[in-house]
Amino acid sequence: MELFTNQILAGIATGAIYACMALAVVMIYQAIDHLNFAQGEMAMFSTFVSWQLMQWGVPYWGAFLLTLAFSFAGGIAIERLLFKPLAKAPILTNVAGFIALFAIINSVAGLIWDFTIKQYPTPFGSSPFLGSQLISTHQAGMIGVTVLLLIALYFFFQFTRIGLAMRAAASVPESARLVGINTSWMIALGWGMAAAIGSIAGMLIAPVVFLEPNMMGGVLIYGFAAAVLGGLTSPFGAVIGGFLVGIFENLAGTYIPGVGNELKLPIALALIVTVLVVKPAGLFGRPIVKRV
Amino acid sequence: MSAVQEAVTDAPAVEAIPKRALTLGTGTSLVVLALLIAAPLFVKNFIIFQMTMLLVYGLAVLALNILTGGSGQFSLGQSAFYAVGAYTSAILMEHAGMNYALTLPIAGIICFAFGFLFGQPALRLSGVYLALATFALATAMPQLLKLGYFEHWTGGVQGLVVTKPDAPFGLPISQDMWLYYFTLVITIAIYIFSVNLLKSRSGRAFMAIRDNEIAASAMGIDVALYKTLAFGVSAGITGVAGGLGAIAVQFVAPDGYTITLAISLFLGMVVGGVGWLPGSIVGSAFIIFVPNIAEGISKGLSGAVFGVILFLVIFLVPHGARQVALVAQHLLGKLKKSQKT
Amino acid sequence: MHSRPNFLLAAFATTVIALTSTADSAFAQKKYDTGATDTEIKIGNIMPYSGPASAYGVIGKTEAAYFNKINAEGGINGRKINFITYDDGYSPPKAVEQARKLVESDEVLLVFNPLGTPSNSAIQKYLNGKKVPQLFVATGATKWNDPKDFPWTMGWQPSYQSEARIYAKYLMKEKPGAKIAVLFQNDDFGKDYLKGLKDGLGTKASMIVAEESYETSEPTIDNHIVKLKASGADVFLSITTPKFAAQAIKKLAEIEWKPLHIVSNVSASVGGVIKPAGFENAQGILSAAYAKDGADPQWDNDPGMKKFLAFLEKYDPDANKLDGSVVYGYGAAQTMVKVLQMCGDNLTRENVMKQAASLKGFAPDTLLPGVTINTSPTDFAPIDQLQMMRFKGEKWELFGDIISGELSN
Repeated sequence: MELFTNQILAGIATGAIYACMALAVVMIYQAIDHLNFAQGEMAMFSTFVSWQLMQWGVPYWGAFLLTLAFSFAGGIAIERLLFKPLAKAPILTNVAGFIALFAIINSVAGLIWDFTIKQYPTPFGSSPFLGSQLISTHQAGMIGVTVLLLIALYFFFQFTRIGLAMRAAASVPESARLVGINTSWMIALGWGMAAAIGSIAGMLIAPVVFLEPNMMGGVLIYGFAAAVLGGLTSPFGAVIGGFLVGIFENLAGTYIPGVGNELKLPIALALIVTVLVVKPAGLFGRPIVKRV
Repeated sequence: MSAVQEAVTDAPAVEAIPKRALTLGTGTSLVVLALLIAAPLFVKNFIIFQMTMLLVYGLAVLALNILTGGSGQFSLGQSAFYAVGAYTSAILMEHAGMNYALTLPIAGIICFAFGFLFGQPALRLSGVYLALATFALATAMPQLLKLGYFEHWTGGVQGLVVTKPDAPFGLPISQDMWLYYFTLVITIAIYIFSVNLLKSRSGRAFMAIRDNEIAASAMGIDVALYKTLAFGVSAGITGVAGGLGAIAVQFVAPDGYTITLAISLFLGMVVGGVGWLPGSIVGSAFIIFVPNIAEGISKGLSGAVFGVILFLVIFLVPHGARQVALVAQHLLGKLKKSQKT
Repeated sequence: MHSRPNFLLAAFATTVIALTSTADSAFAQKKYDTGATDTEIKIGNIMPYSGPASAYGVIGKTEAAYFNKINAEGGINGRKINFITYDDGYSPPKAVEQARKLVESDEVLLVFNPLGTPSNSAIQKYLNGKKVPQLFVATGATKWNDPKDFPWTMGWQPSYQSEARIYAKYLMKEKPGAKIAVLFQNDDFGKDYLKGLKDGLGTKASMIVAEESYETSEPTIDNHIVKLKASGADVFLSITTPKFAAQAIKKLAEIEWKPLHIVSNVSASVGGVIKPAGFENAQGILSAAYAKDGADPQWDNDPGMKKFLAFLEKYDPDANKLDGSVVYGYGAAQTMVKVLQMCGDNLTRENVMKQAASLKGFAPDTLLPGVTINTSPTDFAPIDQLQMMRFKGEKWELFGDIISGELSN
């Protein structure tokens, strides 16, 4: 029984990482109706930028805020320069663009900062949380920040005009334009916000996994999985999805004999696919109605 | 706020290609064919090897074109079918001593079944969800290949070495050249089959599903059957490509069939022109040669250079090589007109 | 009348020429295979400069810089080294393509230090079939020491199995009743290691009470550590690559689990692993080494390390001397240069292998004192000695004797 609770707690701890990333994924999906493969790399690059600032002597929170601003601006810049010209192109071409962006960012980060791992500080400290040896104060802090972000995003989308405008621009662009919403800039704004959220995710994840150019590769897959499981239209679902994926993966690894350990990721993904077959819009997503 | 999110039917994710533009014109086809037949006689064995891989990956991209360009189903999981085909050939050749040529149809059939089965649960998924499911398949495959249970057959993480066949009947040509012509014959056969498939009733069913699934089902098309059929055919062709690849490279290992391969095949499809079968070979050339070019330009930034080149290509020709071919056709047409007057 | 002296002259001249030419063939006749000429030696190399193993690409960069240094100092026996290195992205099919390119298109004399067990497995048959040396492969897999079946393939670093056997021997001697928990990477590196451990323990293999494997695609291995702690083990063997080794060290400290912690040599780098993980978390960790660590101040006055650091400053100033891969590349390149020097003017591939199999007591600048490179026609494992070390304060303290990891048959 103790092993069971331990694995659940450990799963929540890892799940916090996935939940963070999943929020960024949902953010971009809300803006452009697509998953951006380069999301993880952008988060990684932002985290490196903050690390570099700290190497140059900037204190943690200063670096944090500067990086947020840099990521926001960077996300908008990337959208305006690289993806606005592709707006009329087929979606698959856009996906190819995401892949190209991934390759570029990963390669440049590797050249500037090389591939040795770097320690990344945490503002929450690393001592056991509430005496529990399974969750450190950092991981508790990570969960806390994720929940705060989630609440902030909820308010943004539900109760602000810009949030509403962004959702309108993403789901019914024609009508949105008719009402005077500048859909083009809404997309740019979405990119900026997604990049900023991604950078927060990166800065929270790096203390646990160590900072290096390939750190987000695995995390992004889990982030996608968590977001899809929870429902791509629901930030709340994304966070819950993250925790569920973390817990399920651990339990599968512990209790499925023989292969459970070696097939953790495929089993987690298989679970998600099964859920999708039953609930195509994810656990908390809104069902999509298509008109012919 | 409504509980239901409406998605007004906007442009389909995969655009239609007019039937007559599905293939190259007869003249161009013959020229390309002549080049493919004659080229190996003038180049070194190593280039012949590269050309063989060009055909192999071209087949895999062709398969993806049928699936995505034909029936509109996204797939980021082709590397899984490629791996199954490769390992089937390798295991049959090395453990059962089977002749290499016989392993290919078996690989094709096994992969067809595998794809058909995978298509079942995939029926209810589309767009980004299907992409995730196929992605899951692609990431699962290397893990499955490494599993201890199968190690006796697959060689586990160490992989299997495959023996390259000699030219039959004691023909005085190198192994590479023989394998190239063997692959070329198979490629042409599959290409002709695919073109006919897309022009046939099944092909029309695929495209109807791609353009508007609900309307297609309302018109009486058995959507479930055709969708799974598309997956099966695509997987089968990819499996044959995998088998040929295993023989050409003489080695199979889990590390050779990762998600990177699936992503490369996807890029190959986009660069060649989604749904345009002749573009498959252009896409294949892109994914084989452009990384080499990028490496030649800068070792440290080879990934970035590749990304930049890819961006340039999709900026200039968002619809891939098909766009280039259309422009060329247009220009030729103008030339002919001006010649007549 | 005239013809007689002419005839004699001609006969005399011919004899002289014949004698001198046979004399030439007896000593110092130049012999070349493809890739070697009077002025240049072409060396091929395949490294993962992109993809999941791109962290090791720096080995190729270091070797390129080292060969630049040799060329600047006059080359090898007057010939410049042309080092041609290609990226395989850690993918076996790509490795085959690059190997064929090197041999058939670039026409190199030999392939040096290709990296990765899968890639090397893929090209082994081809290179042996073409009789091209596959020298000093950059992987610790045990299978490269097989001169009977693969006479053109030779390893360099101590094999994973021999390192694991050393730990097994140590544990059986120092902690005979120990309960061992193992965390291993689920690839050729991890599996080979585990086999070595089990072979080394022999009948005592039941000392292993828990085994956990992980994939490199997992973001963190924290939950594996939690599971291993629950097994009640008091020895933890970490068969991990740098990032995961650091995560393990950190997690062990966080959950306050204090077993005897052994970490594999590939992750023993002070700058690359221990420092990021936290010195305070790493006290008492054991490992083994065959090379000097660039971050260790005990080598500050060592003549070999001084040469290494001087080389870095002049030819590779951006390199991170704390990165074990950089030290590795230097040592391997130095061994290659030694072999080519020993070849003299006979630069045939056969002679290259012959000289490579005749290294006796050769000590590159960066190996530990007492560890030397030895090969013979039946021993294709150049380095098989290691010394154990314990982490104390901010550096490793070597202890015990230099141990050979060869399995005593």
